Amino acid sequence: MLGDEPHPPYERPQLSKDMLAAADKPVAYIKQASAWNDLDVKLETSAPVTDCDAGRRTVATADGRVFAFDRLLVATGTRPRRLAQLESCGLEVQYLRNVEDALRFRQSIQGKARIVIVGGGVIGLEAACAAAKHGCQVTVIESEQRLLARAFPAVVSDLVAAKHRSHDVTFRLGATVSGTTPNGLRLSDGTEIAADLVLVGIGVEPVATVAERLGLPAAGGIAVDSCGRTAAPEVFCAGDAALQWSRCHGRAIRVETWANAQNQAIAVAANMIGEPRDYNDPPWFWTDQYDLNIQVAGDMLDSDHILRGDVASGKFSVIAMRGSDIVGALSVNSAKEMAMLRRVIAAARRPARSDLESPAYDLRAALK
Amino acid sequence: MAETVILCAADDVVEGEIKQAPLPDGSNVALYRVEDLIYATADMCTHGEASLSLEGILNGKIVECTFHFGTFDVTTGLPTGMPCEIPLKTYPVSIVDGNVQIEV
Ligand SMILES: Cc1cc2nc3c(=O)[nH]c(=O)nc-3n(C[C@H](O)[C@H](O)[C@H](O)COP(=O)(O)OP(=O)(O)OC[C@H]3O[C@@H](n4cnc5c(N)ncnc54)[C@H](O)[C@@H]3O)c2cc1C
Ligand code: FES
Repeated sequence: MLGDEPHPPYERPQLSKDMLAAADKPVAYIKQASAWNDLDVKLETSAPVTDCDAGRRTVATADGRVFAFDRLLVATGTRPRRLAQLESCGLEVQYLRNVEDALRFRQSIQGKARIVIVGGGVIGLEAACAAAKHGCQVTVIESEQRLLARAFPAVVSDLVAAKHRSHDVTFRLGATVSGTTPNGLRLSDGTEIAADLVLVGIGVEPVATVAERLGLPAAGGIAVDSCGRTAAPEVFCAGDAALQWSRCHGRAIRVETWANAQNQAIAVAANMIGEPRDYNDPPWFWTDQYDLNIQVAGDMLDSDHILRGDVASGKFSVIAMRGSDIVGALSVNSAKEMAMLRRVIAAARRPARSDLESPAYDLRAALK
Repeated sequence: MAETVILCAADDVVEGEIKQAPLPDGSNVALYRVEDLIYATADMCTHGEASLSLEGILNGKIVECTFHFGTFDVTTGLPTGMPCEIPLKTYPVSIVDGNVQIEV
């Protein structure tokens, strides 16, 4: 396993959650070094792959070592989209993708700094949450009129925004960054915000060096079939970098979630060792902000929404339907309900709409 | 030294459900009834801060933690599904006078 980071494998969700919450929280690694040894996996850290030869079936690292393969898994992930014009203006500009980023951001929020976060997505909002808890003055700039407009129904966007506001986070919705001032940013509406630090969380793009060297088009992700096969013989891809068919979305997408990184990889590895297995789990992710645990499965866009439970109680879920198909679901502080909904979506069950609308309906019935 | 702790009436541990019971040290155990035998494990998932009795779903002898859908075999404590890698602590259970007691 060749990775360019100096660390053994770790899970990224902690970077915007546990690791930011406490100044002394260490990175949790997936396995101890000895456990990789026991599995007979040879870990090469700080080993960027800079060249590949699809014909000879070799990859080479920057220090000139060449590794031969029978089958290759490209799991190069994604990297943050940058706002390069900000980086050259003397402002402190940060991103949040790896351990070093998290340690740097964590350091920055210890003083009561003025933090501006560009992008009201999941990572930006979790970072806002951590910074607000440390007493920073936090402003989030989001180009849409509401938060996470593509993943959240309006009632959830509003709930999340209200929760942040109750922790003194300020939002500038419908605004983008148009430039810098001597001590901060200028926005598209002409206003200016002072900033000690700007954290940019405006989405990611696939890391494509390896794929391109193999002759695979990768601009929007590396196209794979349900077994993780790419267009290059014996080359597979999984995780954030893979462009895969999503039944819930009705198109090919990159699934940038922890669960996909785990479960697609497990399925693709099985295919690579000759155990045929289709992977078509509906996308699923969670986010933790203050006391809210929000989970989303499938696709919430362009659908009718059924509300289950009472928004005021702080525990509820929303089911997304297209015709009689359930294409998505979102839960707020109702992980158990999501566990059922996720199964219902994965099994493409079609419980009657009137059942789903009834709060008394037990979702387990749909799985029988 | 092992200490015996009486937790609850055995009848309170129902097939398909997960019962939470407190230990003297302030932590909790989760109790399960599988094929008419009662099993006890630590209540806290080993992957994160989730209470299995509150957030878990029991299917036969497999408990699923609904935070990230990791699973354990409650009869052995062993992890059976990612992302759970560390076993759950288990406790020997006996039923005395209709009560569940464990050794801690
Ligand atoms: C701060 C943060 C919080 C998150 N929180 C959540 C969450 O709460 N829930 C959720 O579902 N998802 C979350 N995610 C998303 C989740 O972490 C990703 O979906 C997951 O990390 C994708 O895994 P991957 O292995 O496909 O890619 P990556 O994690 O990006 O790993 C790819 C690795 O390949 C390395 N690499 C790239 N090119 C080369 C090369 N040429 N040579 C060698 N190595 C190379 C990269 O450096 C990287 O280490 C979060 C992500 C971040 C950044
Ligand atoms: S906390 Fe239980 S699976 Fe993650």
